[in-house]
Amino acid sequence: MTREEIIRPENKVYSRPRLIDDNYMHYCPGCSHGVAHKLVAEVIEEMGLEDKAIGIAPVGCSVFAYNYIDCDWIEAAHGRAPALATAASRLNPDKVVFTYQGDGDLAAIGSAETIHACTRGENIVIIMINNGIYGMTGGQMSPCTILGAKTATSPYGRRADLNGFPLKVSNMVALLDGTCYVTRQAVHTVQAVRKAKNALKKAFKNAIEKKGTSFIEIVGTCSSGWKLTPEKSNKWMEENMFANYPLGDIKDTSAGLEEKTVEVKK
Amino acid sequence: MPKIHGAVTIEKERCKGCDLCVVACPCDVLSLQPKEVNDRGYHFAYPANEEACIGCAACAMVCPDACIEVYRVVVK
Repeated sequence: MTREEIIRPENKVYSRPRLIDDNYMHYCPGCSHGVAHKLVAEVIEEMGLEDKAIGIAPVGCSVFAYNYIDCDWIEAAHGRAPALATAASRLNPDKVVFTYQGDGDLAAIGSAETIHACTRGENIVIIMINNGIYGMTGGQMSPCTILGAKTATSPYGRRADLNGFPLKVSNMVALLDGTCYVTRQAVHTVQAVRKAKNALKKAFKNAIEKKGTSFIEIVGTCSSGWKLTPEKSNKWMEENMFANYPLGDIKDTSAGLEEKTVEVKK
Repeated sequence: MPKIHGAVTIEKERCKGCDLCVVACPCDVLSLQPKEVNDRGYHFAYPANEEACIGCAACAMVCPDACIEVYRVVVK
């Protein structure tokens, strides 16, 4: 078969999601943000939420997320995305509100907003990209930097006695009663990408059905910050990050909440 | 036994040459241009070993810049 015979619209099995804009992404080569953006766009498209989804963009590398995904966006102050999402979802109960944040934004300056949005059980989706570094400002240590990791502000590796221990945000918010679904995913292999997409779908479904806060942590890479090639970054992440941040569902009470949700609706 | 023919197209100006698709491909179809670069100076990916493609879309799923389109034909 020739190439021309294969490349026809009816044979297409995968293409750029319709909601990803034509703009070139500013991310470094191999950045996990690109795949995560693609997944969010695919999920919004497949669930038919284009006119209903409101994204809250953070401060950090993904500050220009509104340039890449074609839905409604609000740009929040540093770390305040969950607070803004609370307002957006309470004022527009028929909309689906999600935040897209990095670990520096969510776990450092925005930790209070995150914890309180989760404990209030706001019907929003919080997507956190955890690459253990402040990528945008030049690779400084973030609360989620793992022990021993070299960054611009911990050049000899993070030490527990000097810098404290890494913050496991997902485990922390799983303890709160307001969250209904807390999971940790990655996007480095095809298998992981599929799992992450299913997790995102479930989270958006929970937000539509008003079951509480869904928290998706995506463990990602920062090739520039880690000073590795994208391929080696993925390997380093598998060997070191996953030991600290094991993948999988941490909490899922969304199934058991169905009766309660019906009562509230009455 | 059905035979699967696949093909990929890569939007060369969008590609940043991160090499992730090359690693993800199970059939060693893709490779980075050794010398040629796109407008932004990246060695973009191209299907070097086109006949081996089975259209599994593994490259496209891990591509952070969404520049790969995948086509597949199953001949029975």
